[in-house]
This record gives sequence, structure tokens and C-alpha cells, in this order.
Amino acid sequence: MKYPFPVGRSDFIQGDEAIARAAILAGCRFYAGYPITPASEIFEAMALYMPLVDGVSIQMEDEIGSIATIIGASWAGAKAMTATSGPGFSLMQENLGYAVMTETPIVVVDVQRGGPSTGQPTLGAQGDVMQSIWGTHGDHSLIVLTPATVQEAFDMTIKAFNLAEKYRTPVVLLTDAEIAHMRERVYTPNPEDIEIIYRKLPANKEEARYPFGDIHGDMIPPMPVFGKGYRTYVTGLTHDEKGRPKTVDAEVHERLIRRIIDKLEKNKEDIVTYETFDLEDAEIAIISYGIVARSAIRAVRLLRREGIKAGLLKLNTIWPFDFDMIGNIAEQVRKIYVPEMNLGQLYHLVREGADGKAEVELIPKIGGEIHTPMDIIERIKRGV
Amino acid sequence: MRREMLFSGFGGQGVILASVIVGRAAAVYEGLYAVQTQAYGPESRGGASKAEVVISDEPIDYPKALSPDCAVFFSQEAYDKYLGLVKEGGIAIVEKDLVPHRRPELEEKLRVYALPLTEIAEETTGLSLTMNILTVGLLTKLSEILTEESIEKAVLDAVPRGTEQLNLKALRKGFELGEKARKGEL
Repeated sequence: MKYPFPVGRSDFIQGDEAIARAAILAGCRFYAGYPITPASEIFEAMALYMPLVDGVSIQMEDEIGSIATIIGASWAGAKAMTATSGPGFSLMQENLGYAVMTETPIVVVDVQRGGPSTGQPTLGAQGDVMQSIWGTHGDHSLIVLTPATVQEAFDMTIKAFNLAEKYRTPVVLLTDAEIAHMRERVYTPNPEDIEIIYRKLPANKEEARYPFGDIHGDMIPPMPVFGKGYRTYVTGLTHDEKGRPKTVDAEVHERLIRRIIDKLEKNKEDIVTYETFDLEDAEIAIISYGIVARSAIRAVRLLRREGIKAGLLKLNTIWPFDFDMIGNIAEQVRKIYVPEMNLGQLYHLVREGADGKAEVELIPKIGGEIHTPMDIIERIKRGV
Repeated sequence: MRREMLFSGFGGQGVILASVIVGRAAAVYEGLYAVQTQAYGPESRGGASKAEVVISDEPIDYPKALSPDCAVFFSQEAYDKYLGLVKEGGIAIVEKDLVPHRRPELEEKLRVYALPLTEIAEETTGLSLTMNILTVGLLTKLSEILTEESIEKAVLDAVPRGTEQLNLKALRKGFELGEKARKGEL
């Protein structure tokens, strides 16, 4: 297979471009989208590359159509992706829930910009954190990944596809305008060195009868390809193991929803990733994610030079959320700081995890600029 | 080693392209870490334009310039806004004809190279818009982070097909000016 971009070496590219290239290397062959700053470059790259790898890139009438189309493409057997920003992500929420309910592997990229509404199109923000987790209605779970560099945007796009396929779930890649438009060195491995996961298909006709049944005991039903196997429904209504609507049976509903949530919650160890910097002996912890984590790393370095024992937990996955890990950190440190480019979102999850064992303080910033290391340092010094 | 560079002017002058070339040379051809970021208004021409490049031999945490070691000013507005950010003893390259009002009290703490860059570019290649590439050449020589070879490769990657020789000519004129400037012959 010949790729329409360099592989096996480094390039100097924007975050959006990295996401498009990584998606293709992960096996994505269907992209549907609607242009929006700062996600448009993903679409532009897909429009250019897809025809060259026998894939499809299609412009839909809006973001509702875009996500609906990739859900259909996924059921037809393709790895599929869409990308948008806040206003479009709001429109996608209903169908994001449909993908959760029908257990459809898709990747949705949300390149955050200042909101609400059309807000600040060209500027970065982290205002969609709660929306990415809880934007769709009803009890549910999904996976949300948060890259901090262009290389991570590349690596986490591949991971997003792998997790979507492995767990039959929508995965949100939650990035922002800063990373989208920033250029950095990105190493693109040779395709044969990239681990690629494909969804579990029914092994035989009997298995194909239960596209929503936990027939392997791992909570993940094999997913048949549309047009092959048995006739079934793919419905957002509560359904039984065969896909038949069962909308007033409490037991069926509970079994389905608990399995959809548990297949992620009980595999947290596999799904949740993070990094720590100087956290082992820290008395003050910073918990951060995405672009702001880079300012936080520098803040930790500078604070350490002044003898202040600071450390960082950088979250690469913000849902499922490891509340226990936060609890352990809260037992160790005096205080936890959460710098975010919003007025407090992940902060609330951290407070829940800390459960009163350590004070948790938000360092908010909105308006489009990322926190400088000094923004973080000054706030921490005020409390020392 | 962390070096910060700032490129500023207005849209259409190739401010962002200049920064991409420098970042690319560092990241792809020198094996260094580099981050290029940009800020500009919604207009594609005429609005204020600013780009930054951070280069380091280790992974770059905070991706923006805090106090640039080198800065390029292609407009009065940019000069007024950003000259004060340049690190003491840092390099400032000024497009002399586009920045008529200067601030000697700030410049005396810097190594300032004020030249009619647009005019020199036009004399060299016949095209004033090669001014950004010429400036990249000048900056390369003055900042001493990147080699001529890396920058040449990055220029060839970035410029439109058919304009390679023209742009290399502008770049080499920039090298020549930079060499003279270093020897104090400018």
C-alpha cells in the first residue's frame, strides 16, 4: 500500500494534518464532515488523501448528517471518522448517543474553540469537556482522549480507532485550536510497525444472531457487517440481544445499559492512560490535560528549582475517569490545582475523586490564550 | 538549549511561511524539536500577522515564545506591539522602510539590523514578495542555530513549484547580508 504522505520518517505538520494521516494509517476509509474552523484542515486533508487510498470523503449538509453517515459507514464495515468544533459538536450529540446505544465504533474529533455558540472560531479553549462526556442524554459511557502535542494528536488518533473497534464504542478525540494549527515534528512510523485493531466479527451464523448479546462473556458482542448474516434491527430504542426493540422491559433495559457502561468501566486499566512528572514526592499536585499540561510541566520544573515540591498528573484519557487514582494523589498531597481553559469542568471530577482528602483549586483561563507557566506558578505560590 | 523566535508583520508578507520554513529546517533537517504557532485575524491579506517558533534539543513543554531571542518586524504595528518583548541582547531584524517610527530607548538593549528588505529583495530577484525568504537567510546567519543546508532544503519544501531558483537566490542574498552583518560590514 502506498500512502499519499511520508511514512517511516519525521515531518513538520499541523495537528489537524496529523489527525488525518493517523486516521488513514489506522485504517479509516470513510470520512464525512462539514467545514468549520479550526477543524477544516482535517477535512481538507481527508478530501485530498481518501481518493488516493480507495477511501471516501464526503461533505454532508451539516454535522447531524456527518455523524449519521459515519455511523452507517461503520455498520457497512468501514472504519469511519468525522471532525468538527463546538457548534458542530453540539449538533452531533443526539447521534453520538445513537452510536453509544447501537455500539457503533466511530471516531469523532472535536477541535475545541471558544464558546458558547460561534464564540471565538480561531482561538483554543477547553470548554467542551463536560459536553464530550455528558453531552448526549441518558445513562451512558464513551471514551474521551486529550492530546497535548501534535505527536500525541497523531498517536491518540490511532489509539482512538483501536479503542473504538476493540470496545465497539464511539471515541471522542478532544483537541483544541492550539494543537490543531500548531506545527511540530511528528514521527510517522512504518505502517507495519503500527498496532491496528479490527472489530470482532461473528465467527459463524449462530454468533451473527446476537449482534447485541454478551455471547463471549467479555461484554463486547461481535459486530456483523450490514448485508451479511441475519436480518436484524439497528435501533436507538432499547433492544434485546438480537436487536429487537423491547422498550418497556426494565430488565432488558438495565442489562443493556449496564453492559454498555461496564464494558468501558471494567476495562479502565486498558483504556485510561496518563503520565506523571515529579509526582512521587510531591506535596502539591497539578492535574491537567491537553495543551495546558505543557504549561503545567514547565511550571513544575520552575517551582522545583525554587524548592517547592510540585508534581504533575497529565491525563491522556478524561473518560472513563479514574476517581480512585485522584483519591490516592489527594491522600499524598496537601493541595491539588487544576488549570483549565474554561471556568471549571474537569475540576469537578477531580474534586469528586479527591473527596475532601486534599483541597482542590481551579486555575481557570478563558479568552483564547493558553495559561503561561507564570499564570500557574503565581497561583500556586499564593497558596504556599 | 531553548531558542525563541518571533515573526511579525501583516498578512500577505509571508510571515507565517517564513516561520514554517525555520521550524521545518530545525525539526526535519536538524533533528531538533520545534514548535511553530501563529496568530492572525480573519483576513488573508492586510491584517496583523504574527508567528512564533520555539526550537530546542529536548521536548518542548510550553509551546509559545515568552521572550524571543530573535524577532523580525515587517510593519510599524508589529514593531510597536512586540519590540518590547525581545530578550535583552537579542536580535531584532527591522524592515526599515515599513517601520518609520523607531524607539531608540528599546533598540539600544538589542542587536538591531534595520534594512530596506523589500527593496533589496526586489533588486535581487525582481520580486518584492521574496522579502520573507531573504529575511530567513539573514536570520539564519545571525541566529546561528541552523545550517544553510537545512534552511535551503526547507525552503525548497515550502515554496511553490517553479519558484525554487528565485527563492534560493533571495535566500542566498540573505545569507550574504547576514555574513556581512556579523562582520560589522553592513
